[in-house]
Amino acid sequence: MSLKGAAAVVGIAELAPQRYTGDASILDLLSQVGAEAIADAGFKHADIDGLVVHPIGGLPGFVPATVAEYLGIKPTFAELVDLGGATGAGMVWRAAAAIQAGMCTTCLCLTGTRRRGRPQNRKQQNTERPPPRSIAPTRDRSPAAEFDSPYGMVGANVGYAMIATRYTHEYGLQDTQRAKVAVDQRKNANANPKAFFHDQQLTIDDVLSSEVICQPLHMLEIVMPAAGAAALIVTAADRVPDAKQKPAWILGAGESVTHSSFAQAPNLDATGIGIASRAAFNMADVKPGDMGLASLYDCYTIMVLLTLEEAGFVPRGEAGAFVESHDLTWAGDFPLNTHGGQLSFGQAGMAGGMSHVTEAARQIQGRCGERQVPGLELAYAHGNGGIIAEQTGLVFGASR
Amino acid sequence: MSARVIPPISPTTQPYWEGAARGELMLQQCSACGQRPFPPHTHCEKCGSAELAWQAASGKGTIYTYTISYRAPHPVFRDQCPMVIAVVELDEGPRLMTNIIECDPEHVAVGMAVEAAFEKIDDSDVVLPVFRLV
Repeated sequence: MSLKGAAAVVGIAELAPQRYTGDASILDLLSQVGAEAIADAGFKHADIDGLVVHPIGGLPGFVPATVAEYLGIKPTFAELVDLGGATGAGMVWRAAAAIQAGMCTTCLCLTGTRRRGRPQNRKQQNTERPPPRSIAPTRDRSPAAEFDSPYGMVGANVGYAMIATRYTHEYGLQDTQRAKVAVDQRKNANANPKAFFHDQQLTIDDVLSSEVICQPLHMLEIVMPAAGAAALIVTAADRVPDAKQKPAWILGAGESVTHSSFAQAPNLDATGIGIASRAAFNMADVKPGDMGLASLYDCYTIMVLLTLEEAGFVPRGEAGAFVESHDLTWAGDFPLNTHGGQLSFGQAGMAGGMSHVTEAARQIQGRCGERQVPGLELAYAHGNGGIIAEQTGLVFGASR
Repeated sequence: MSARVIPPISPTTQPYWEGAARGELMLQQCSACGQRPFPPHTHCEKCGSAELAWQAASGKGTIYTYTISYRAPHPVFRDQCPMVIAVVELDEGPRLMTNIIECDPEHVAVGMAVEAAFEKIDDSDVVLPVFRLV
């Protein structure tokens, strides 16, 4: 039993990431991008009988039902995916699995986040600088709240900086090699009108002269939070001919969850990235070297380097030298994150992780305009959640 | 003494924090298979046994990885930056999140030997295990 060729992505929509979305509600953003994806596929709301969403701040529960009612759909498959940055990729294989199981025929996968903007008085409060007081978490009873947060292991910067430190200790890595990832991805963003940093150039010096936030990571190696939304339509093989767009066939999928707290993560040569990627390539019966595009989760520069090795694209310890000696742009010899990656496209919450999936599918469909990778047959999309905790890999193909 | 995020303690983890208050780093050990689960569990993470006995650890370990956080990861740490946040691998095996205190952050390195120290959290009765270079 395999998902290979059971379903395809036929509709894609994305709201360009913005810093803030003002008073727009999350349901408004989701219904807008959902309607655009349905129209992109050439389908109608009545054709949608599956819905996959993620936990949404401000909606305490009943998320699929709330979103379905707002969109005006009545799904026979309704699912919530909670895998952090792997959520978007995780949605796609779940949609294909539900289709293969006969639970639905056409599934809308929906991601997004809003950011209202910083209250004007926040800055003022900061300049007053009251002495910090210890705070007790009121709701979070997780082991991370108990054994990580007291030490400042809060958010993701600290964890990925520690990954970079360990990686550098084990294999050696130059700051310029990490910066090269950000620079090549920016060139890709320069060819993507929807990318947040579309109009801005970036050099290695720019990256390395930006502030060090957490040693060794500079600000321009760290993804910028944004608001936005992304949606995909996954449909059954026998419905593909009804769609307006060429299919991006789902040929393989793999997933792995190895830990929650970073202190409990596996060693860097045994992460879930490798488990999920090998499973995806095996299902598709292909090898990493067969891919014409690598769309790899890039919350931080170090994540791309680690994933190149763990997913099997580059031998262990050689990612730094590899990115230095290859052109990672859409026109290069190793196209990687051709939408700009989240570093240059923007990370709109779960829609940030989804951007690696939408780009891989859109490239397979041949709809990427200036940045189109010519003659693309196979693409790998990868999602990563938490501090390398949740991993999902997808292989897309132009042919079933 | 420093301001921190105060850990939410549960009955399962209470012996760990009671040990810290005495100046001891307490670990569970599985009576069936010898595994030392961390964080504290109700059942062994390896074999599933519920026979977990508390023992004082040596408090010695090495730095598995670390970062120097120049910006406060949370406003509560504002006056403590730059701070060294680290994962320490105890001689007994488990890895835990911690801080390396009383050090020049620029001189910290992976593989350095460390030993446990104990620091009371401001505005709280909780004592937090931290580490210093040996």
